[in-house]
Amino acid sequence: MSFLEYAPAPESQAILNLRDSYGLFIDGEFREGHGTPFASISPATEKHLATIAHADASDVDAAVAAARRAYDRTWSRMSGADRGKYLFRIARLVQERSRELAVAESLDNGKPIKESRDVDVPLVAAWFFYYAGWADKLDHVGLGAAPAPLGVAAQVIPWNFPLLMLAWKIAPALAAGNTVVLKPAETTSLTALLFAEIVQQADLPPGVVNIITGAGETGAALVGHGDVDKVAFTGSTSVGRAIARSVAGTNKKLTLELGGKAANIVFDDAPIDQAIEGIVNGIFFNQGHVCCAGSRLLVQESIHDEVIDRLKTRLSTLRLGDPLDKNTDIGAINSAEQLERIRELSDVGEAEGAERWTAACTIPENGFWFAPTIFTNVSTSHRIAREEIFGPVLSVLTFRTPAEAVAKANNTPYGLSAGIWTDKGSRILAVADKLRAGVVWANTFNRFDPSSPFGGYKESGYGREGGRHGIAAYLKTSAPTVALPSATARKTVSKGATK
Amino acid sequence: MTGTQIVPGERAIALLGGEANDANLRRYLHGIPGVDAVGLEQRAAGLGTRSIKTTSKAWALDRIIGLIDLTTLEGADTPGKVRSLVAKAVTPDASDPTCPRVAAVCVYGDMVPHAVQALGTAHGDPDQGKIAVAAVATAFPSGRSSRSIKLEDTADAVAAGADEIDMVIDRGAFLSGRYGQVYDEIVAVKEACRRADGTYAHLKVILETGELNTYDNVRRASWLGILAGGDFIKTSTGKVAPAATLPVTLLMLEVVRDWHRLSGEKVGVKPAGGIRASKDAIKYLVTVAETVGEEWLTPHLFRFGASSLLNDVLLQRQKMTTGHYSGPDYVTID
Amino acid sequence: MTRLAVPKTYKLYIGGAFPRSESGRTYEIVSAKGAFLANAAKASRKDARDAVVAARAAVGGWSGATAYNRGQVLYRIAELLEGRRAQFVAEIVDAEGVTTAVASAQVDTAIDRWVWYAGWTDKYAQVAGNANPVSGPYFNISVPEPTGVVAIIAPQDSSLLGLVSAVAPALVAGNTVVVVASERLPLSAISLAEVLATSDVPKGVVNVLTGSPAEIAPWLASHQDVNALDLVGAGDLEWIDLQIAAADTLKRVLPPENGPDAAAPSLDRITAFVETKTVWHTKGLI
Repeated sequence: MSFLEYAPAPESQAILNLRDSYGLFIDGEFREGHGTPFASISPATEKHLATIAHADASDVDAAVAAARRAYDRTWSRMSGADRGKYLFRIARLVQERSRELAVAESLDNGKPIKESRDVDVPLVAAWFFYYAGWADKLDHVGLGAAPAPLGVAAQVIPWNFPLLMLAWKIAPALAAGNTVVLKPAETTSLTALLFAEIVQQADLPPGVVNIITGAGETGAALVGHGDVDKVAFTGSTSVGRAIARSVAGTNKKLTLELGGKAANIVFDDAPIDQAIEGIVNGIFFNQGHVCCAGSRLLVQESIHDEVIDRLKTRLSTLRLGDPLDKNTDIGAINSAEQLERIRELSDVGEAEGAERWTAACTIPENGFWFAPTIFTNVSTSHRIAREEIFGPVLSVLTFRTPAEAVAKANNTPYGLSAGIWTDKGSRILAVADKLRAGVVWANTFNRFDPSSPFGGYKESGYGREGGRHGIAAYLKTSAPTVALPSATARKTVSKGATK
Repeated sequence: MTGTQIVPGERAIALLGGEANDANLRRYLHGIPGVDAVGLEQRAAGLGTRSIKTTSKAWALDRIIGLIDLTTLEGADTPGKVRSLVAKAVTPDASDPTCPRVAAVCVYGDMVPHAVQALGTAHGDPDQGKIAVAAVATAFPSGRSSRSIKLEDTADAVAAGADEIDMVIDRGAFLSGRYGQVYDEIVAVKEACRRADGTYAHLKVILETGELNTYDNVRRASWLGILAGGDFIKTSTGKVAPAATLPVTLLMLEVVRDWHRLSGEKVGVKPAGGIRASKDAIKYLVTVAETVGEEWLTPHLFRFGASSLLNDVLLQRQKMTTGHYSGPDYVTID
Repeated sequence: MTRLAVPKTYKLYIGGAFPRSESGRTYEIVSAKGAFLANAAKASRKDARDAVVAARAAVGGWSGATAYNRGQVLYRIAELLEGRRAQFVAEIVDAEGVTTAVASAQVDTAIDRWVWYAGWTDKYAQVAGNANPVSGPYFNISVPEPTGVVAIIAPQDSSLLGLVSAVAPALVAGNTVVVVASERLPLSAISLAEVLATSDVPKGVVNVLTGSPAEIAPWLASHQDVNALDLVGAGDLEWIDLQIAAADTLKRVLPPENGPDAAAPSLDRITAFVETKTVWHTKGLI
């Protein structure tokens, strides 16, 4: 046996005690849902994990009502310091139960344990820790003194980073004094429900956090609910568009974190080995189920062949398989449906004349898998260069000059993220300036931090999550709008800003 | 241009498009893509998270032993100490005859005759199960002496039976940009490795990465060492901190990989100093396997310069054999 | 023997030029007392389209100008307006039927508003941006940037001040603007365009359409090359439909505001049309 094959090193599942079935978490308690329960399966084995309750409109009502009560009676009246302490508690509980959460995440989502263990769950704890500290410092958010929370936040999150997206949503909302009703994605409810247990352990007042499970219509009922003050959604651009339409004309504040088709630009003077790692991390991290994935590689023509050659060599060392094996680099595709979409778009890529290369790796018999794939000879007009594939598929395009790179990078309705690889500092700054993307990684890719605002331009959504901007999205200024400066006094306006 | 007289090496000339003088070397070495420190360290850390279990671990532990240059480089070294070292090299674990031998013993030049004598019939090519004698030379560890003394140092050790010479580069010359001088010296030392029968002792070129300080320097020095004819590039003397680190070793392996892509030639890598635990050594094996490939995990292409590492590997080995944890009194002190 | 006046022809302002509507249409503008004032151009969807093209073409130059330069350009507008104060006062008195004092106050406030926003160009980024202390070896900074082309439905009850209050903040960050003037009170808007044309504002940075907001707004709301939509003056339109149309390309939308405080000066009106860009860069000494 080759050393490189490495003997299996599975993370133990003993730490995780899943129940047979999970109810909805409303008003501090688990309760039955009124819809038909559905199964959550492991995408790596297609094995049944647990039965999940399905919230219907009446359950959404109940959850929103619980959140409203908790907002009116306790949470909005509580001191920021105490809210912060609850969030610190949650952060610590997440750390204490981190391995359990990581195992659950990998089991339910299909992502490699090394990612759930080293990226997702540590960031979840960091997110709560960061926003916990904001709770009693809201005067400094930038909205003037004593900004007010919005009320009840309806939050709908995707399946690619189930627990992390929950943290991105819940931590700032609670720190700002809002209560929440959160709906995890249908295929990845488990860690949200484990989080509900953490909420109980933290002794959070009932109704401050409500978690309702279900499919698209549950989410639609939630964001469309009349007693919701804030809608936060992460997911596809098409659903985001529908939500933006549905809140039109209402007073609901909206933040959307949607799709992307990020350009990862590699110049000929790039630190080449790190660039290769960055390309790999950019598109194969989390099986490419990343809205900010570097799915369009823009490589300078002069080094195209070398980069592709090195990339293929590197991809050949990636290990695809059991998400719970500590040595797995590429886990399972989250669902049969997503796998179908990846296959379909890849076939389109081939049909359009792009050259397909797939890393040689053994695909397990059960479960949903897609081997790391790159397409070369891709043109900007190809669908695989324009549409979000949301899978481990890289489209490679070339450019000749920095201006061409920028033009091609920006030639998309999306604008979430971008990468730049070059040793030339001034070029990094100039290119970063010109890229129409909310997050630009220079000589790195796919880095996240609770203090760092994240979000898109154009059809990648609006609003930012993370940092000061992230909490501002859950607050409003409490000062009345400053009156127009006196029309008769001929002097400079001294103060007009309310923010 | 310093006017340094450089002995031209064919492969260097071909690559540089001219003689290996300061200007040509500078143009070439500074034209190599840079290294992003953060990315390099992250990649190394990622490789370090590989979890090596059961059969893979057993294989790895044995292989580590077989790749060790068991080293003593003390001012206080004596023939007795060297004999003790050799005995350990030949029989690392007296309680287990299946335990493999180390690749080489590494000593100061004046200790070479004692090592050769102590090894007796065990002396030879590690690829054939024998143990080589490596000598540090060229005014190790500082390298601060005249060229003639360095060459004599080398020739002495080779004449005394050293199979491998671990030379140090002139870091001062390198850092001041006198690449031609560094190149020239490596070429000269290589020539001093020539035995009477026309064969050469293997040359390991110690970069002393702790003094080169930056990853860009390490990468350039690695290329320089290879261009000048080094058979191995080696991280450190062990006398300067930091000695071997995983990122530095990864970087040197990347150069070796690129050289192989370019020339088809295989150059060895030797991290030395500071690798004391089996767990760390396994990370190096993983890094070698995933960067240049498993075929590099042989004594003529990869070594650990270490002393205390061997005992830790033996403890781990005993744990795997017996199923319970061992203790320091169950391995020998040399 | 009174001199016979020379009346002005009020046209559109697109890409630095003053074209008539491509449709050839005009509509009659009357004074508060019902007297004929002028035939204003009645912009069509194609005029709106041309205006967006002009605005898009101007984004690079305007957003790429230094903040200091943009500040001076906006300040220069105030300087020129000051010099033509009397003209605007007279126009407002005619159009709105207010006293000279009230009209003067409106003009003065409009001038001062340009000054106020001019001063923000090189400051808003310091207030709205952040250095982020991420946990790792990275330089990490978030900076606001203009979103691009902003379509504005100007307040309908104001000749000049409402228009300025909506247009000026959108320009601060480097956005370019297509503004639909008050349907009833459009003449000052075109006079302002004359000021813009003779100041240092690059062509295409501000484009002024007169005519029916109800007719033009849907085309702007659904235009895929418009990045943001300010509905401040759209309270009497089917503005929810406009917001829904804007959702197709996920435009940034500001809702209608009513009353004299509409588009009150605030940093919010600047940051409503910016995108926050976060840049990560590795830091390595060795």
